Amino acid sequence: MARDLETYLRPGIASTPFCPGCGHGILMNLILRAIDELELDMDEMLFVSGIGCAGWIPSPHFNADTLHTLHGRAIAFATGAKMFNPKLKVMVISGDGDLTSIGGNHLIHAARRNTDLTVICANNMIYGMTGGQAASTSPLGARTSTSMDGNIYRPFDLYRLVLGAGAPFAARFAVTQPVSLAKTIKRCLTTPGFTFIEVLSPCPTQFGRRNRYETPADMMKLLMERCISKDEAARLSAEELKDMIVTGEFTNEQP
Amino acid sequence: MSFMVADNMIPAGNYYFSGNEAVAEGAIAAGCRYYGGYPITPSSEIMERISVRFNEVHGVFMQMEDEIASICSVIGAVWAGAKAMTATSGPGFSLMQEGIGYAALTETPLVIVDLQRAGPGTGQATRVASGDIMQAKWGSHGDYQVIALSPWSVQEMYELTIDAFNLAEQYRVPVFLMGEEALGHLRERVEIKATLQVFDREKKKGSPPFGTDRDDGIPPMPAFGEGEKLLVTGSTHNERGIRKTDDPEAHSRLVARINNKILTNRDKIIQTESLYTDDAEVVVVSYGFTARSSLFAVNQLRGEGKRAGLLRLKTIWPFADRIVRELSSTVKKLFIPEMNRGQIEGEVMKYAACEVIPYYQTDGEIIHPYQIMKEVGRLV
Repeated sequence: MARDLETYLRPGIASTPFCPGCGHGILMNLILRAIDELELDMDEMLFVSGIGCAGWIPSPHFNADTLHTLHGRAIAFATGAKMFNPKLKVMVISGDGDLTSIGGNHLIHAARRNTDLTVICANNMIYGMTGGQAASTSPLGARTSTSMDGNIYRPFDLYRLVLGAGAPFAARFAVTQPVSLAKTIKRCLTTPGFTFIEVLSPCPTQFGRRNRYETPADMMKLLMERCISKDEAARLSAEELKDMIVTGEFTNEQP
Repeated sequence: MSFMVADNMIPAGNYYFSGNEAVAEGAIAAGCRYYGGYPITPSSEIMERISVRFNEVHGVFMQMEDEIASICSVIGAVWAGAKAMTATSGPGFSLMQEGIGYAALTETPLVIVDLQRAGPGTGQATRVASGDIMQAKWGSHGDYQVIALSPWSVQEMYELTIDAFNLAEQYRVPVFLMGEEALGHLRERVEIKATLQVFDREKKKGSPPFGTDRDDGIPPMPAFGEGEKLLVTGSTHNERGIRKTDDPEAHSRLVARINNKILTNRDKIIQTESLYTDDAEVVVVSYGFTARSSLFAVNQLRGEGKRAGLLRLKTIWPFADRIVRELSSTVKKLFIPEMNRGQIEGEVMKYAACEVIPYYQTDGEIIHPYQIMKEVGRLV
């Protein structure tokens, strides 16, 4: 059954480049599943990605038009393509460093303009491809190759950042919540305007090994323990919420 | 594919345009229908006019959040099928350099107008210079070629903008219109004809978009949404766009082709104008706004019986190496007046067999014709 989605992969692509335990493969699967369930025509889609591990999710794997851009600039490239040819259904898939640090300006401006794009930010909370440096999304205290004593800066709270910039819709899920995540990808692909999903995706190679998660499974377990729904979060006290990651769909009408 | 005759978008006749307005009209005439830009002195009027005129010609205008976003949105629009441009000045041109390298490697045709102002740094934002000549050539990392044109009148701001689009489409390369502040804000009569020659990019279904066996080295270019399942990447790639980031042969072949497709065609690309060079002792090699002063000076000197001549570079990059070499074998001296510290002088010296005498002026003012007369008068 799972191999049905292979029709969406570019012929000749034998394997993914992702490390064992990386969450990006799950995300790739869920994006294609959403497209399959919506019966979208891949010839009308454009996938735009930046530089970093997540930039490889669509390029070269998806058998569709793909634009693999400069570091940080995927949304700016996507804006030009979408504005000139509105018939294209444009999805931006990239990482947290790419979209929110070097590309942060383009992210907030596309949200402000409500440009008709679906942006999927695969957040592994670290710069994976370059060797595990601290990111704008690394948790406080996280050990990285540039913060061996623990990260001293607060991370971005991405869905709030994007909603604050004016996006009508933003969501956060982990790859450990595949059913909800696929449903939300489908919602984004059928909702006009700027839609954003932060997808928590573990990086055992660069994040896990520096932060005492002995195996990839430990990182998956951590996400499963900490990710809770909005409804569950509503029942918890501030103290109980401290270590939890609230996931779900968020809109500007429902802050 | 070849040139086609297109109807102009405004009635034929004489107009009284600023250089910036003429650029906007030239772009529209050439078929530009996407503009991504960011305000900067002294080029903002191009964007302002485009923002109004695109409503009339159904173009897409985007005021982006910065110059990086501007160039990147232009590249995105071009791959979606547009003829597209942006305009800027020194600081913005600096910010665009990474995108320019991406456009060169992905063979994305686009036009950038760099209306040069006095730098470096913020410099003198409202003052004239031609300090970005070498940046146009070498601004982004790695080895690539671009085409850069240097207009000297408002008429040429219009005509060379059209040429810039045609060259970009013909050679699949970024083309720069290297105007200067004084030309952007100058108002002159511009003659606009009823029709013009335009070149639209060649398409060939199923053909590899990043490789060709053709002698000219220019592959056909499809667009997104045509079912070609394109792979466009700024990494080294093969003729189908598949990344080849550790293949020495693939990198060598790609870099050679994107350079050679311009260099081997340079005699077709390069435009120059010569005046009194046949019997001249001293030839002024000049470009851009400075060539206006050079023309006046050379004419005055001829009136005094002095054998001065003028070589005007309408195309700066690729450089008119053969023309300079040949000229330098028949004259005694070449005089190079520039609103920079000798950026073209160095290039002339690479090819000239005779003495090369530079004249630098970096004070934010145009070079006065009498200054050139005085300097050249001493040499003849």
